[in-house]
Amino acid sequence: MLAYIIRRVAQSVLVLLVVGLVAFSMFRFVGDPIDNMLGQERTQADIDRLRIELGLDRPFVVQYFKFLEGAVQGNFGVSYRQGRPVSVIIKERAPATLELAAVSGFLAISIGIALGVFTAIRRDGWVSNVIMSVSLIGVSLPTFLIGILLIYLFSVELDMLPSFGRGEVVDLGWWTTGFLTASGLKALILPSITLGLYQMTLIMRLVRSEMLEVLRQDYIRFARARGLKERAVNFRHALKNTMVPVITVTGLQLGAIIAFAIITETVFQWPGVGLLFINAVQFVDIPVMAAYLMLISVMFVGINLIVDLLYFWVDPRLRADRAGGH
Amino acid sequence: MSDIDVIEVAKAAEKGRWARFSESDFYWKFRGSPVAMVSFAVTAVLVLSALFAPLIAPYNPFDPGSLNLMNGFSAPGVPNAFTGETFALGTDDQGRDVFSTILYGMRISLFVGFAAVTFALVLGVTLGLIAGYVGGWTETIIMRVADVQLTFPSILVAMLIFGVAKGFTPVEYRDQMAIWVLIIAIGLSDWVQFARVVRGATLVERNKEYVQAARLIGRTSPAIMLRHILPNVLSPVLVIATISLALAIIAEATLSFLGVGAPPTQPSLGTLIRIGQGFLFSGEWWILFFPAMTLLTLALAVNLLGDWLRDALNPRLK
Repeated sequence: MLAYIIRRVAQSVLVLLVVGLVAFSMFRFVGDPIDNMLGQERTQADIDRLRIELGLDRPFVVQYFKFLEGAVQGNFGVSYRQGRPVSVIIKERAPATLELAAVSGFLAISIGIALGVFTAIRRDGWVSNVIMSVSLIGVSLPTFLIGILLIYLFSVELDMLPSFGRGEVVDLGWWTTGFLTASGLKALILPSITLGLYQMTLIMRLVRSEMLEVLRQDYIRFARARGLKERAVNFRHALKNTMVPVITVTGLQLGAIIAFAIITETVFQWPGVGLLFINAVQFVDIPVMAAYLMLISVMFVGINLIVDLLYFWVDPRLRADRAGGH
Repeated sequence: MSDIDVIEVAKAAEKGRWARFSESDFYWKFRGSPVAMVSFAVTAVLVLSALFAPLIAPYNPFDPGSLNLMNGFSAPGVPNAFTGETFALGTDDQGRDVFSTILYGMRISLFVGFAAVTFALVLGVTLGLIAGYVGGWTETIIMRVADVQLTFPSILVAMLIFGVAKGFTPVEYRDQMAIWVLIIAIGLSDWVQFARVVRGATLVERNKEYVQAARLIGRTSPAIMLRHILPNVLSPVLVIATISLALAIIAEATLSFLGVGAPPTQPSLGTLIRIGQGFLFSGEWWILFFPAMTLLTLALAVNLLGDWLRDALNPRLK
């Protein structure tokens, strides 16, 4: 068990080091950092000074470790485009993305599980069939088209909800939140639906198929035979046993939500990290891209690690397999 | 033999092939599935109209000489107030015929999609074959890279590669190179699928007798991989390629929509949707609506076709 955990953690660290190398190479070799930082009027003295200041005269490996050292401390250099430290910009933008992702994740999980249970129990009802067909169309629609569709319906035609931005936000000093004002909450509705829809259909389909599997089992029939109420059978006995794969998939989807926030944030001009990243790609703002890459990989690798360890912890059979196999 | 004889012989061979095809299981499964036939027909119509866009399109949207700004914002099917010209699907702000821009846009979308999938296929199959056949350190490195890349959503990988590649291209060539950069970015983000499947199949094939026999008679490793193993691992590759095509078309549209893909000078369907989104609030819905519907139809048709192909060719992959 311990050996497995150590190996898994070591693998994650290795992945992060490789990603760090990619990020650093981007930083170092895409365009000339000095070209990007100094304007047209520069002297050779300026160039030499900056070269030493940035440590570009030192060996590659030393520079790489310098970069990693900075990255661990949250120092990713200065944005070419905004001329401000990347860490400050990201800190400003992070609350917007995290709030959006949290609301979308919550919607996806709660509605996804509810619809999954419903369609499994009322397997052949027409409502279930409609839900399943709609979910199929939902999966094949590209995210950005869903966003545009929602804007057209609720902002242009019905004029009920805002089509861009976060609305009014309250500044708590270290965090800005849209949860505390009416316009902030209204602004969250469309983007969070757009972002969470795909994950919601995924969770719904997973819960449904797992539930159908479980409902066929003997202990469910015995539970019914014992005269337990339908509700107790469905939720206490069946749903509980579908949760392991659901937790795994949901965990992995959390990372996907943050990544797909790029698309949603662009459609709704949501001032988050994703929009920052896409603007960085447009203007080849390498420090911002490198920082985003590092941040998102820490998150992905972390989530993967946690999910793997959780799985291992939840399912005792895996532990036995490992012990026997090695 | 005269030329005519040669043609006759070729015709007979052609007929024979067609006859063989029409008696195959594959064809019967196809005829038995309305979804497959409709999606094949839709895909074929769209691909052909994209291919022959210069012949079908009533206007050339990229020829500034044929544009008349007075035609701008003509509604679909309504004669323009200034010039009296009528456009079936309307015009955009610069007076470009929406129907023509869609045909030309679809051309770029499909070209990028096909090229990216081809690139991913060649790269993934090569690496998969090498990993499966050679094994050892080579395999470990290739599959580790694949694992790491698979951790991230492919659209994110494509965006990063696009950004980096853009950084490498000189500023004055960026717009011209954008299409090729896009192909490389989407292709590189999508090779893992191919590599994994091919590696798995190669691991099985390489221990079979025919491979041992080929080795015994002294064929070189590249020859064994290409001539002997490759044909035997190819059928799942074709299925993945079809599904990848739908994904690549959507990925291209998404990137172009986000403004990190095809430039406005060479608009793909995604770029057209990006342009159209700007007119959503001012009431010119057709500039957005028709490209969006085309993209949707195209992606859906290719997707359904891929799904059906997967079930028909290889039930194991279900």
